[in-house]
Amino acid sequence: MNRQTIFFKNPVAITHTAAIGGPKEGEGPVGKYFDYVLSDDLLKQKSHEHAEIEMQLHVVRCLLNKAKLADIDVDCIFAGDLMDEIIGCNFAMRELDVPFMGLYNACATFGESLILGAAMIDGGFFENAVCSTTSHFATAERQYRFPLELGSQRTPLSQWTVTGAAAVLLENGKNTDCPVRITCGTVGKVVDYGVSDANDMGAVMVPAAMNTLIEHFKDTGRSPDYYDLIATGDLGHAGSRVLQKLMAEKGYELKDNYTDCGILIFNREAQNVIQGGSGACCSTLVFSSYIYNKLRNGTIKKVLLVPTGALLSKTSSLQGETIPAIAHAVSVEVVG
Amino acid sequence: MRLDKEESKKYLKEIRRDMPASKHISTVFRAFLTGGIICCIGQGISDIYKNFLLKGAEEDTIAGLTTLTIILITGILTGLGVYDKIGNFGGAGSIVPITGFANSVVSPAIEHKREGVILGLCSNMFTIAGPVIVFGISASVIVGIIYLFV
Amino acid sequence: MTIFLTYLKVFAVGGIICVSGQILINFTKLTSARILVIFLLLGVFLEAIGVFKYLKDFAGAGVTIPITGFGSNLAKGAIKGAKESGFFGAVTGGVKAAAAGLSGAIFIGFFVALFSNSKSKT
Repeated sequence: MNRQTIFFKNPVAITHTAAIGGPKEGEGPVGKYFDYVLSDDLLKQKSHEHAEIEMQLHVVRCLLNKAKLADIDVDCIFAGDLMDEIIGCNFAMRELDVPFMGLYNACATFGESLILGAAMIDGGFFENAVCSTTSHFATAERQYRFPLELGSQRTPLSQWTVTGAAAVLLENGKNTDCPVRITCGTVGKVVDYGVSDANDMGAVMVPAAMNTLIEHFKDTGRSPDYYDLIATGDLGHAGSRVLQKLMAEKGYELKDNYTDCGILIFNREAQNVIQGGSGACCSTLVFSSYIYNKLRNGTIKKVLLVPTGALLSKTSSLQGETIPAIAHAVSVEVVG
Repeated sequence: MRLDKEESKKYLKEIRRDMPASKHISTVFRAFLTGGIICCIGQGISDIYKNFLLKGAEEDTIAGLTTLTIILITGILTGLGVYDKIGNFGGAGSIVPITGFANSVVSPAIEHKREGVILGLCSNMFTIAGPVIVFGISASVIVGIIYLFV
Repeated sequence: MTIFLTYLKVFAVGGIICVSGQILINFTKLTSARILVIFLLLGVFLEAIGVFKYLKDFAGAGVTIPITGFGSNLAKGAIKGAKESGFFGAVTGGVKAAAAGLSGAIFIGFFVALFSNSKSKT
């Protein structure tokens, strides 16, 4: 291991994924790769919080179904969401007979869970693990912004929180011939460049993404061209352009192989999302559906997924704090 | 990892993305249109009360009834989930009129209903509009007291 | 024709007030609560210096429907109260005059919220 990057001796396999998207996400460009598209984002529950908990539970069950596993066969679940005290995952896990580690890194939680899950398996502690996140537009909106029915304009740099839940199953590479493997992961640092505008998440998270990417390239000796696809989590359209510009200044040019999950998930023109998608599930949903699909059918072979998270709370913003951010990079490759 | 103040300023300046002029023109135009229409509706309601329903009533009564009627309409539109769409189109055109005030009372009340009527709905009714009432009433008392001395 | 002119004035003045609000939003990123407070205080101020009634005569609902009208009502009531019953009137007059807006918003808000739920947004 170099300073920030963990190299896995026996690359951990990602054997199955499951993705559930909300109605709006289902209409988006990657909607056709989801396992389920919700017709109603309330899922017949009495609140959106309950709906999010339900989605989280459903996605884990869907994943276990696909893998033909019972919940007692799973060694551990690593999951998180955006709601206060991560109740989305905590409460969903009441229904499952599985050891659970609740994580919070805002929208970078998926990166954190992949690295932890893979490290535990590679270290020989677990044979398999589930990594999952969920987010919901309505719960995020009330927690970080305004009531849904308040008449206000979305600001020009705002993004649309993704409604959905997604999960991946990690297994010990020795037990499976699945070629999709996590080869290394770079743990990010908390980076604060002094942005305090909670409506400009792109500007908040770009420095964190840049920091992690550069550390990753230094630690691994790879260049951006090594990857077929480099996907940041949810920097949005404007944020991605800033990242490309700043990375180029540092000597790492992100070319056509670079994109952002927040850009992929929605059709910007038709869906009124302004800068694109965001939320804990944005990168998870895109990875488990679209990207995983492409890895499985061999269209792309080397992916660097960099989920990015803004670590603010409503209280910290009101008290005038600037917004720190974090990004983790996970390298997923088709081996053999 | 943090940047010091100077470097942070440099970063903020570097990434500053100004809103394109076309966005300014379009939002301002929509605010003008929405605000104008809402005011005309208010004038219409007031004229109906004055000339048909309550002929000869005092001006204050008519003004009060007009306000009530507009708040009622806004309340219903908010409850039906329509006002936020008007707000998304009109921007300040739907915030500045009294309808914006009514909407900012009703919308958090609806949002927090699921935490119960007393601790959810009622306690959260003024999370947005509270400052309007605090500032409004305090300013009026100050004005009143000043008038005692002039 | 006079009716048309009245409504034209209402539309233009109401629209211009909202445009100034929009310009504030575009350039300062103020949220709705702050915008409402700013225009409310503007109404209180204009009433206190005696300008508001001329605006009202000119534009009618164009200045009374924006939250400035609510502010002017509060100030007008307080001034009236101060003249009629001194200190007590100065303190209570504002709320008395603005009672329609206040109790209307609270009562209607309460009942609408009892009978509706937030809708899914797309």
